[in-house]
Amino acid sequence: MNNQEYAKYVKEVTPAKSLWLNMLKAFVIGGIICTIAQFILNYLISMDFSKEDAAGILNIILIGFAVIFTGLGYYSKLGNFAGAGTLVPITGFANSIASATIEYKKEGYVFGVGCKIFTIAGPVILYGIVSSWFAGLIYYIVNYVI
Amino acid sequence: MNQTQIIGKASLSFNKPAYISNYASVVGQLEGQGPLGKLFDCVEKDPMFGGTTWEEAESFLQNQTLRTLFKKSSLKPTDIRYIFAGDLLGQLIASTFGIINYNMPFFGLYGACSTMGESLALASMTIAGGFADKTIAMASSHFASAEKTFRFPLGYGCQRKQCATWTVTGCGAVALDSKEGIAKITGITPGKMVDFGVKESDNMGACMAPAAADTILTHLTDFNLNANYYDKIITGDLGYVGQTILINLLKQNKIDISANHMDCGIEIFDNANQGTGSGGSGCGCSASTLCSMILKNIENKVWKRVLFVPTGALLNPISFNEGKSIPGIAHAVVIEEV
Repeated sequence: MNNQEYAKYVKEVTPAKSLWLNMLKAFVIGGIICTIAQFILNYLISMDFSKEDAAGILNIILIGFAVIFTGLGYYSKLGNFAGAGTLVPITGFANSIASATIEYKKEGYVFGVGCKIFTIAGPVILYGIVSSWFAGLIYYIVNYVI
Repeated sequence: MNQTQIIGKASLSFNKPAYISNYASVVGQLEGQGPLGKLFDCVEKDPMFGGTTWEEAESFLQNQTLRTLFKKSSLKPTDIRYIFAGDLLGQLIASTFGIINYNMPFFGLYGACSTMGESLALASMTIAGGFADKTIAMASSHFASAEKTFRFPLGYGCQRKQCATWTVTGCGAVALDSKEGIAKITGITPGKMVDFGVKESDNMGACMAPAAADTILTHLTDFNLNANYYDKIITGDLGYVGQTILINLLKQNKIDISANHMDCGIEIFDNANQGTGSGGSGCGCSASTLCSMILKNIENKVWKRVLFVPTGALLNPISFNEGKSIPGIAHAVVIEEV
C-alpha cells in the first residue's frame, strides 16, 4: 500500500460528522445568538439611544456575556456543539481572546497574556485589516478614479 | 551479555525475565467515571492535582503516582537504581518536576503516547542485562496540558472531529525487580517509525495503526509465533478508527488479531456516555490501563500472557504547522504470569 492508497483507505474508514447536521446546528445556535442581539438592539433603540450608540452598547453586552461564559466553561461546550454558529458572531471573537487570556495568564502578564492573547484572534485581526484595506482601495477606485 | 537473547530483526528474548513487583495508577475524574474506574488506585477529583498550572498538575500527578507505588510496595526511593519516565509536554517538564524530589537516577524518555512501552522496554532490558536490580517505568499525560500544548486554550469553543481522541488524565508506574514479582516481562520488540504521510493531527489512530501493525508483525516473525499465542494483544491508543485499520492491515499479511485485540483507548472511556470521540489517548492512557486492568488480570490469572503495544504519533505543533507528516511508532512488550 503506498501513501495515496493509504490516504484513500483512511478516508473510507474514518467517520465524519454530517455536513448538513452541522450546518443546521450552526444555523440554529448562531441564529439564536443573533436574534437575542437583535432583541437587545431594538430595546436599546426604543430607549432613545441612537443607532450607533445602541450598536456599541450591544457589542459590549455580547462580548461581556461571551467572556463570562468562557470563564465559566460553557462557551467551549456550546462551541463543540454549534461549530460556526458560535464562531462567527462577535461572541466567538471574544471567546478566542478570553480563552487565551485565561490559559496563558499563569505564564505572566508580559510573556503570557501580553504575548499570547491574540494567539487565536491574531489572524482574524491581521487579515481583517488587510482585507478592509483592499476593500477601501476598491471603494476609492470605483468612486474617485472611474 | 548473552548473545542468544537477541532474536530476529529487532527483538530481545530475555534469558532472565524482569519481574513486575508492583504497580500504581492515578487518574482524573472523567477516567474514574469510565468503565475502568474501580480498577485505578486513585481517582483524583481536583483536575489541578493541588497545583496552580496545568503543567504543575501533571507533575503532581506523577508525584502522586510514585507516592502510591511506594506506599503499596515495601520499596523506598533509595532502593530504585534507575527510573525511566516521560510525558507529552515540552522537554518533559512534567516528569522533571514530578520526579525531582525522589532523588532517583532518571532517564527522561519521549515516545509520544508510546512512552510507557519505551520505558518498560528499557527498564526491563536494564534488569535483564544485569545492570540494575530494581527499576521503575512510568508515563503520564494530562488532558488540559496536552490540549494547551497541541491544540487550543481549554475555553476556546471549537468543534472536535469524530475521529479525534481524548487525552487521558492519568499516570501509571511499574516497579521492576530482578528476583520476584506478580508478573514478568520476558521479551520486547522495539518498533521502528512508520510514516504513511498522514497529516491529520486529529486522526491519530490512522497515523499510528501502520506502526502498530509493523511492530506486531515483526514481533510475531521474530519470535515465530501465531497471533493466538497471546490471550490479548493490547495496543495503546489507536481508538476505533485505528483499531479498524490495524486489524485490516494485519489481515493483508494473513494475521488475524480480531479475536484477541484490545485497545486501551477504547477500554478506558465509554464514548456513548462520555462523548470522548474515537477513544482515549496520551501516554497516560496505556500507562494507567496497564497499571489497572491489564496487570490485575495477569496477577489474577485471567490472562496468561499479553503483548502490550503502546502506540505513539510523533508530531509537535511546529512540525504540524510546517506541513510535516505524522509518523507513528509502537513498542511491544511481552508480559506473562509468573
